[in-house]
This record gives sequence, structure tokens and C-alpha cells, in this order.
Amino acid sequence: MLRTFTCIMCPQGCEITAEGANPPYSLTGNKCKKGAAYVEQELTAPMRNIATSILVDGGELPLASVRLSAPIPKDRIFDVMAEIRRIRRTAPVHEGDVVIPDVLGLGSDVIVTKTVERE
Amino acid sequence: MRQADVVIIGGGPAGLAAALELWNKGIHDILILEREKKLGGILRQCIHDGFGLTRFGETLSGPEYASRFVRQAEALGIPCMTDTTVLELTPDKRVYAASPEGFLEIQAKAVILAMGCRERTRGAISIPGTRPAGVYTAGVAQAYINLKNRMPGKNVVILGSGDIGMIMARRMTLEGAKVLGVFEIQPYASGLPRNIEQCLNDYDIPLYLSHSVTDIRGTDRLESVVVSQVDEQLQPIPGTEKEYPCDALILSVGLIPENELTWMAGAEADEGTKGAAVDEAFQTTVPGIFAAGNVLHVHDLVDFVSLEAEQLADGAARYLQDGALPECGLSVTGDPMVGQLVPARFSGTQDLTVSFRVRKPVKNCRVELWQGETLILKKAFPKALPAEMIQLAVKKEALGQNEDLEVRVVC
Repeated sequence: MLRTFTCIMCPQGCEITAEGANPPYSLTGNKCKKGAAYVEQELTAPMRNIATSILVDGGELPLASVRLSAPIPKDRIFDVMAEIRRIRRTAPVHEGDVVIPDVLGLGSDVIVTKTVERE
Repeated sequence: MRQADVVIIGGGPAGLAAALELWNKGIHDILILEREKKLGGILRQCIHDGFGLTRFGETLSGPEYASRFVRQAEALGIPCMTDTTVLELTPDKRVYAASPEGFLEIQAKAVILAMGCRERTRGAISIPGTRPAGVYTAGVAQAYINLKNRMPGKNVVILGSGDIGMIMARRMTLEGAKVLGVFEIQPYASGLPRNIEQCLNDYDIPLYLSHSVTDIRGTDRLESVVVSQVDEQLQPIPGTEKEYPCDALILSVGLIPENELTWMAGAEADEGTKGAAVDEAFQTTVPGIFAAGNVLHVHDLVDFVSLEAEQLADGAARYLQDGALPECGLSVTGDPMVGQLVPARFSGTQDLTVSFRVRKPVKNCRVELWQGETLILKKAFPKALPAEMIQLAVKKEALGQNEDLEVRVVC
């Protein structure tokens, strides 16, 4: 069985073809090892990172941006969004602050990516 | 009147990288002027990740990428004024600005233009229809969501497949909106393949190529848009109209370098890039005025903006030391497949980085640099897309000093 993937690991966006029904798959088109790892992951359990924001009270901005410290299963993205939406912090918040450790037990932390000072 | 060795206009990624590199070269009489209240430029609202792979070897969000430069600039104490808008730039490098301290007049020895770019709007592409609220450019929608905590709509149509449009399709989906589709007038996407994958395919958002919005309906608020297929001449095909009820139309239809100050200073424009025509050192046709980043030509990745601004700093530092840079009498041109070519001129005595984009997608092509009858450099590309900037580094040893340079894309 042939399947084609667009690698999302870097902006090159290699088109990678995987052949075979089970691992190890035979891969062509990837320029690096990250591409091979990406396709292996896509064929078994796709993972993604997400970026969103949390509410901040009393800050120079009403929001602080956050991302995940590690990718989570793709089919849990909206569950994690719902968890993050519940968070509300008072300024200041700082880049690198962990606002949810090990979100939903998925082994990934929600971390602040932008410092928001007090108004 | 205030004096400075270098005034940098714009505190985004280009201005910050230029400032830090100049500082590292021993030039400390710098002044960064930034229009916004904070440094960092557009990166402050680009909260998605994927920045920094080339420059730092890791993937960062926009705010994190910016803060690496901002923190360094603050730690070194590089002079900077925020909330300060430059109003005028003269050919003899006087800078006039409005700041919280009042009106500023600064005489600079060198000026670095790092104002970035702005988005094309509905007016630029002349979509017919009414003028309701609910039509936004992608960057404005991004600012509303990521900086102001305001949602532009619940049922969204996106026109144009630029990277910011696709990133906003994902962002709005994550925030609970329904994105009905991304419509692109060209037969190919204008953004990167990875964004089609991770922003559209991941969320089952359809991408319609060779389609455009041909009517906007609604009186006070947007009620619907009409989408039509287009033919090979990009003209709407009668009978293909389809109406999409929606409350937001997001436009991601291209970026234009923001160059009012550049033209005010008398610098010559480059027709291909819509930025200044520059030489190998990123110097405009006005001696001592330099430009890099999106104000010069729209980049695909911020990493290349930073790297370009660092190269610019090298030229600007030499200008300050020597009072002038080598004469650049030779031109760089491209064949009809080559767009957005930088630089316009070179001397043949310095290393050279040539940047451009192909005008349409091609497979299995070869890029060649010719100087007269001599092939200077060739590089094979399995595929080349208009979404991606191609850069070729040429060592001065490979260059002659008598003939012009031509970039060719051979398929």
C-alpha cells in the first residue's frame, strides 16, 4: 500500500511516500531523519502541538499566548483546548511559566510564550 | 539636534537583528525607533510555532522568537524608543519622529529601514459587492484574536491561501468557529505545503484552487459571499457561482513592503520586489540608507529576515568605518521565471547572496547563475514553489568584475 505525506517538521515540507502495510515501512522523499520519524508517527499515532492563549486579568494585554511543551495525540486537541480555556491568571505572567503541568495526563505541559506585565 | 551613528526604523525581527549585529561589531551609538508600545513587530501576534528552526535549530512561537532578540537588546542596553512613529526621512539622513517625549529630530550617519510589510486589502483586489462589517485581512483577524481577545466571526470564509490565512483558519477552528473553506484564485496554493497539511487537512478545512470571491452581500454585517470558479485567465466562469452564508471573510491575498519613508528619502524602487533597489550590502540608491527584511522583499520565514538583517549590519558597519561602500556598477537580472530578485546591483568584489522566488510551481528544475558566458553556480531543485524563497550564496572568488549577473530557471 502506498501513502503520501507532506512532512510538517520544517518549512521544506518534503513529500514523503510510505510503502507497506506494517512497520518497517519503506520511505522515499524525506531529506532527513525527522521526516522518517514523522511519517512513522503519522502511520501509528499522529501527534500535534497547539498554540492558543489564556486569559489574564490586570495585564497590559487581556491574553497571554501559550503552547505545549511536547506534542499530544491529534485526536485530543479539542480536549486540551477545553482545559486551557478554563485557565485565568492575574498579571504578571512570564514566558516559560507552566500553567497546566501534564495536561490531561498526556505528558505535555501548557507553557506561557509571552510575558504580560501588570497594566 | 540629536545625533546617532545608526538610526534603525522598526523594532521587529529585522531591526532587532541588525541592531544586535551592529553592537557586536562595536557600533554602539544606535537608536531603534519603534511605532508600537513593545519591540518584536508582527511576531507578537504570531503565537503559532515553527519559528527559529534555521536560526536557532529549534521550533519556537513568534513571541518566543522575538523575545530572544529583545532580551539581548535590553541586556546590552541598546537605545530604543517605543511608541515612536517616524514621520519623515530625508536623503541626507535626517529622521523626524513623533514620540512620547515630543517631536524628535535626529541626524544619523546611517539609517536602516526595517519597517516590514503590510497586507493587501479588499480594495487592492477590487471585490464587488456591498461594504458590510466582517471583512478582515488575516493579520487584523490575528491581532483581534491573539492580542485583543475578540472573535471576528463564527462562520468564516477565507480568500487566498497565504500562510497567515491558513494559520488563521486553524486558529479560528480551535476557538470554535466553522471555517467553510479557503478559496485561492491561482491553480496552486500561495502558502507553504506544511501549512496546507497542518492547518487545513488536520481540521478538514477544504482548499478550493482556481476559485475566487465574486460578490460580498450584507448591509450592516456580512451575510454571505459568492464564490465562483475561475478560468486559466483567472476570470470568473459564469454559472459556477455558489453562495456561502458567513459572518466573516478573511483575506490572505498578499503582502506589500511598507516603503513610504524609503521613497521620501529618494531611494529608487525595484519593480519586482516593490521594495528598494539595493546592492550586495543592502544599501539603497541613497548612500548610507540600508534596507532588510520584509520592507525589502517579502520573506517566507522570519529566520531569513534575521539572517538578512545580520548581513546588512556587516555592510552598514563597513560604511561607517570607510565612509562609503564599493561602487556597484553591475546588475542582477532574472529570466521570466524569476520574481522578487534581490539584490539589484553588485560589485564583484564581495560575497553575494541572491534571493528570489519562482513565478509558478516547477518540478525538477535547475537554477543557474550566469555572468556573461560563464556559469558561476548551478543548483538542482526537485520542486520549487512561489511560496518559498530561494537563496544562493556566491563567494567573491567566483565572481568577475566586468559583467552583469543573470539568474535562470531551467526546466
